[in-house]
Amino acid sequence: MNAALKLVDLTVSYDRHPAVHHVSAEIPSGEMTAIVGPNGAGKSSLLKAMLGLAPRIEGKIECTARRIAYLPQQAEIDRSFPIAVLDTVLLGRWSRFGAFGKAQKIDIHDAQHAIESVGLGGFERRPIDTLSVGQFQRVLFARLLLQDADLVLLDEPFAAIDAKTVVDLMEVIRRWQAEKRTVVAVLHDIDQVRRDFPNALLLARELVDSGPTSRVLSAENLLRARSMAEAWDDHAGTCDVPLKLSA
Amino acid sequence: MLYTYLIEPFADFAFMRRALVACLALSVAGSSIGVFLILRRMSLMGDALAHALLPGAALGFLLGGLSLPAMSLGGFVAGMATALVSGAIARFTSMREDASFAAAYLTSLALGVLIVSLRGSAIDLMNILFGAILAVDDKALFLIVGTATVTLVGLAAIYRPLVVECFNPGFLAAMGVRGALYHSLFLALAVLNMVAAFQALGTLMALGLMLLPAVAASFWAREVWSMTVIAVPMAFLSGAIGLLLSFHAGLPSGPVIVLVASLFFLVSLLLGSRASVRSRVSRPVHLRG
Repeated sequence: MNAALKLVDLTVSYDRHPAVHHVSAEIPSGEMTAIVGPNGAGKSSLLKAMLGLAPRIEGKIECTARRIAYLPQQAEIDRSFPIAVLDTVLLGRWSRFGAFGKAQKIDIHDAQHAIESVGLGGFERRPIDTLSVGQFQRVLFARLLLQDADLVLLDEPFAAIDAKTVVDLMEVIRRWQAEKRTVVAVLHDIDQVRRDFPNALLLARELVDSGPTSRVLSAENLLRARSMAEAWDDHAGTCDVPLKLSA
Repeated sequence: MLYTYLIEPFADFAFMRRALVACLALSVAGSSIGVFLILRRMSLMGDALAHALLPGAALGFLLGGLSLPAMSLGGFVAGMATALVSGAIARFTSMREDASFAAAYLTSLALGVLIVSLRGSAIDLMNILFGAILAVDDKALFLIVGTATVTLVGLAAIYRPLVVECFNPGFLAAMGVRGALYHSLFLALAVLNMVAAFQALGTLMALGLMLLPAVAASFWAREVWSMTVIAVPMAFLSGAIGLLLSFHAGLPSGPVIVLVASLFFLVSLLLGSRASVRSRVSRPVHLRG
């Protein structure tokens, strides 16, 4: 099995408190992997670390992807900002035209195509502050489509999204998989993970298990994940488990 | 008749012509900066920053008297230092940026007033606090117009990253672009404009021509560029009308200009096409689909 991402004894900490603690796992290339775990389990921190945006990490992340696309949680975006749908989607081509280049005809054509393929044809000139949560998520998926990435990281893509939109967006995700792109999604709907995602990584600050979904999401594993202590231990001593970088 | 009221003051007096050109330059550059200040939710922080120019300008005044280069340079250095220090305080401690800005600008304001009082008179202090657009001479005009040029070219250069930094900073970071760099460049342009504006309007109201038209424009437009296109003429009209009013009524020009800009804001607030009072109280009409 080819790994798109290899986490080697990874620890991500904020203010020295670990959000992700000594996690080693592999994300298989060209497949769909779900990251599952309770709130505060470090799922978003893990994604941030994969993107290289986590402030402090120990351990190692080996990434073979050339281009990574990332869907943030919607709370990270100022949705009242006055910008049109087409311009938002076009940002997906940033790696092509950067901060100063001009968007070519082909980019605009592709953006329009992406907007149509997420079911928002005719919305090109609409300001994003007039969109519903579901419509805005479709916009962000269209932007991902334009990024043409071989690794796609999705942070809670279906939070507060209705059933029809989920079906439509899952269709987009399946297309990525058919194109041999690696998809990693943070998800909360266990039934959906069982149905749609062949691989899972169960996180409760520490790794509970990773591998085929049917094994990872066993009743026993889920119970273990749920029993994770939510509070920080302010009196916790320094963790002195040595890094196993040779692993 | 109309000629007497509208044209003659400018035709007859060179200081009125210079003031008008200064208003035009301040409007074009300032309101573009103002639009971004609002979109970044920094309008009050911008104001704090403008007050923070005072000790620098005052030091320049102390060393060089009422000399334009000394006071401008001092103001620019003080403004940038305040912005960088409060930004750094916010980043390295858990203090929020607005609080650290408030602390920094109160310190600066007190320090500035103190420094001016060391040597100057009350009139000098009034000049620095409230500006004197009718006293703008050729040198000051060069500074103001030069600033406008640098601002427009600079904004055009950093426009795209700045817009993305405003609404989705995480995306920019994921693209490997350092948003903080563009944020600092923008802050530098903003401080530069405040320095230019403070010759004319003083440190207390330097932001008047930048922010008020931009806020007013947000009641009419829904895109960054269209907001700017609406804000610039509003700012210039405020300047021109304010100059004429103050000329005929014998009032100080700085406050009158800012008050006219406030009038534009009020009218937009009441009648604007989006999110205004009118759209709130008018009988709701809806389309069929």
